[in-house]
Amino acid sequence: MPPKMDFDSYDVGPFFDEMFTPDGKPRPGCRMLHDKIASLPPGEILARQAAAEQAFYDMGITFTVYGHEEGTEKIFPFDIIPRIIEAAEWDALERGLIQRIRALNLFIDDVYHKGRIMADGVVPRAVVESSSGYFKECQGLNPPHGVWCHITGSDLIRDEAGRFMVLEDNLRCPSGVSYVLANRRILKRAFPQVFEAIDIRPVDDYAPLLLDMLHAIAPQATNRPTAALLTPGVYNSAYFEHTFLAQQAGIELVEGRDLVVADGYVHMRTTKGLKRVDVLYRRVGEDFLDPQVFRPDSLLGVPGIMEVYKAGRVAMANAPGTGVADDKVVYAYVPRMIRYYLGEEPLIDNVETFLCWEDKARKHVLANLDTMVVKAAAESGGYGMLVGPAATPEEREAFAAKIEADPRNYIAQPTVSLSRAPVIVDDHFEGRHVDLRPYILYGDDIRVIPGGLTRVALRRGSLVVNSSQGGGSKDTWVLGPGASARS
Amino acid sequence: MLSRVADAIYWMSRYLERAENIARFLDVNWHLTLDTPGGRGEQWMPLVSAMGDYDLFAARGLPGNRETIIRFLAFDPEYPNSIASCLARARDNARTIREIIPTEMWEQINTFYHLVREAAKGCDAVLNNPYHFCDEVKRRDLTISGIAGDAMSHDEAWDFFRLGRLLERADKTSRILDVKYFILLPHPTDVGSNLDYVQWAALLKAISALEAYRRRHGRIQPERIVEFLLLDHDFPRSVLWSLIRAQQCLHAITGTPMGYFANPAEKRIGQLCGDLAYMSVEDVVAKGLHEFTDNLQTRMNRVDEAVFATFFSTFPAIDGASQQ
Repeated sequence: MPPKMDFDSYDVGPFFDEMFTPDGKPRPGCRMLHDKIASLPPGEILARQAAAEQAFYDMGITFTVYGHEEGTEKIFPFDIIPRIIEAAEWDALERGLIQRIRALNLFIDDVYHKGRIMADGVVPRAVVESSSGYFKECQGLNPPHGVWCHITGSDLIRDEAGRFMVLEDNLRCPSGVSYVLANRRILKRAFPQVFEAIDIRPVDDYAPLLLDMLHAIAPQATNRPTAALLTPGVYNSAYFEHTFLAQQAGIELVEGRDLVVADGYVHMRTTKGLKRVDVLYRRVGEDFLDPQVFRPDSLLGVPGIMEVYKAGRVAMANAPGTGVADDKVVYAYVPRMIRYYLGEEPLIDNVETFLCWEDKARKHVLANLDTMVVKAAAESGGYGMLVGPAATPEEREAFAAKIEADPRNYIAQPTVSLSRAPVIVDDHFEGRHVDLRPYILYGDDIRVIPGGLTRVALRRGSLVVNSSQGGGSKDTWVLGPGASARS
Repeated sequence: MLSRVADAIYWMSRYLERAENIARFLDVNWHLTLDTPGGRGEQWMPLVSAMGDYDLFAARGLPGNRETIIRFLAFDPEYPNSIASCLARARDNARTIREIIPTEMWEQINTFYHLVREAAKGCDAVLNNPYHFCDEVKRRDLTISGIAGDAMSHDEAWDFFRLGRLLERADKTSRILDVKYFILLPHPTDVGSNLDYVQWAALLKAISALEAYRRRHGRIQPERIVEFLLLDHDFPRSVLWSLIRAQQCLHAITGTPMGYFANPAEKRIGQLCGDLAYMSVEDVVAKGLHEFTDNLQTRMNRVDEAVFATFFSTFPAIDGASQQ
């Protein structure tokens, strides 16, 4: 007899739970889903979970496991129980994200022009110029409409009280949006009746919006612009996403070796000769973009492309140089940027952040390592970080030495007990910590795709959601206006 | 279309067609063994020769029996033309052009690849009875062809897909004919005698041609079979049919009117089609079938080289020089 799966023995624990109130009742927006799951016959949830995993496998959304039998492939862990965000909650988040992106964009533009915010002493010049994403080669550049950060994925978390906060801003090549779209497809197969019954905001227009954005930033003399996605190639870990987005947006997928600069323009090498490219969605970092300007040993880029870019004959998303704001020290100044450029109070707070290059803050951090999360400023993917409460005294000591040696490179934040959501563990549900990465497009205007990628720390008690560290994902449902009232 | 992409789609298609043809060869040989009890019909080495890979197999130092040869042709990961290798390479190519091909096609190729991998793990079942496996391989590839025809825009990508497939098919049809003919009738003067009905019928069955042949020519006669496989105008696996369609694909890609050429690929395939189109089976037999097919394969290889030089050579995909 397969197990009957319900939430009767589900333990909310001392955390904010995305599906349940502290007394164990489903939140209003989750009631319909909760009842649906509870009503399923024994074994049904596990069967649907297995079907979803098989679908990912058949779609080839997999990664290769090395060290095992050659060519063994696995899917990225996925949990079919969706995470639900109610309409009003989301609307507030959306406003906050738009505000934040607007300020970040003004900051980047300012950094590469007059640098007013540094001259006025709001953000220290040393912090900006030591950011690994700062490229002095981009000084004075004018991307179309003054927009630099066309595609952003900011990571949001929720504390014990359920308050959303920004954990970091990903402005380089944020990945994962293909999983938002794939997860949704799979969930529609898993819970079709629920989709019929409640108003869930669609995410399928992401690709058309992406295409609109790319067309909006094309050089102005272009009638029907040709857009292409520039990938480092098939061995890149996000290659599936690159092919998926190119396919969904109907644009070419190109590698550096497919492109050539000739007669002042960027061209693709085609079966019928050279064809001009007007806009590049680049998934290649600045370092590798143009060996004539940046790293001379790069084989992934296109020699001479920066000259064309400077002349306004090709547009790039994100604009080269945007990564200056993708630095965990610069992040700490975003609330100040919002006040400085927009004259507004931030709608979404940062997590309290201690900058180790400030003497007072560093002393505090070193004295409280056992309660803090410490991160290297320019790292991502869950690398180069210390989760104080989970670390051994030796690990903390080693990290303290790193901080002393290079204070500019480290920030620290109090350990936030991320909110949890129920996931399937063997034959029952358990709470696991989650975060949320919404995706924001900025072309003519700023658009936020409803929801985003909910990442799950699958190991019991873990706070690290990155896929490189054993994290999985869930579909994220943003309810339409009035959806929870109807259900 | 990007040169790299055109190269990948062409080779993806060729490898799939190749896998299907190997499955056809294995299937028909297996059935032959059932029709001729006592092992008399157990001729497995000719299959390896048909692929032109006798040396590769001989280097393994294995006896050429049913088990070793099915294993070699179907599953050997070191043998570049095995069904398993073809699928792996088709999928590698497909992976780099996922944005070009329909999602359904990618998923078919992906699940097809996994199917063959799984079959390779429990390959004893296939060695004992290859029918189901071969049938599945054929069906899967026919499905992919169907998706290409009905779910893909008939644009340049489709023409490269067809081009690869048709050139590969013409090559394989000529090879199977050559080998069987060579076994059955070592001397051209023997044509018309010593018919082995079972063997010839099996040959036709291998390329799904038996029923179509019967409707066209009725009785099994070697000369008519040679004519059917080389020169038939209606049968979609005959060499001439495949080459003329391949020629049409080339001209669709370049926009050059038929009857003219603008590059070496068009020139070579046009000459080849012209020669075949104005040839009778008596001419072929007079020349000697083996000599004829040998020459045919050489000329088809030169068409392939010209396709490479004309469309792909600036940028071979996945070390394209090694694809063959």
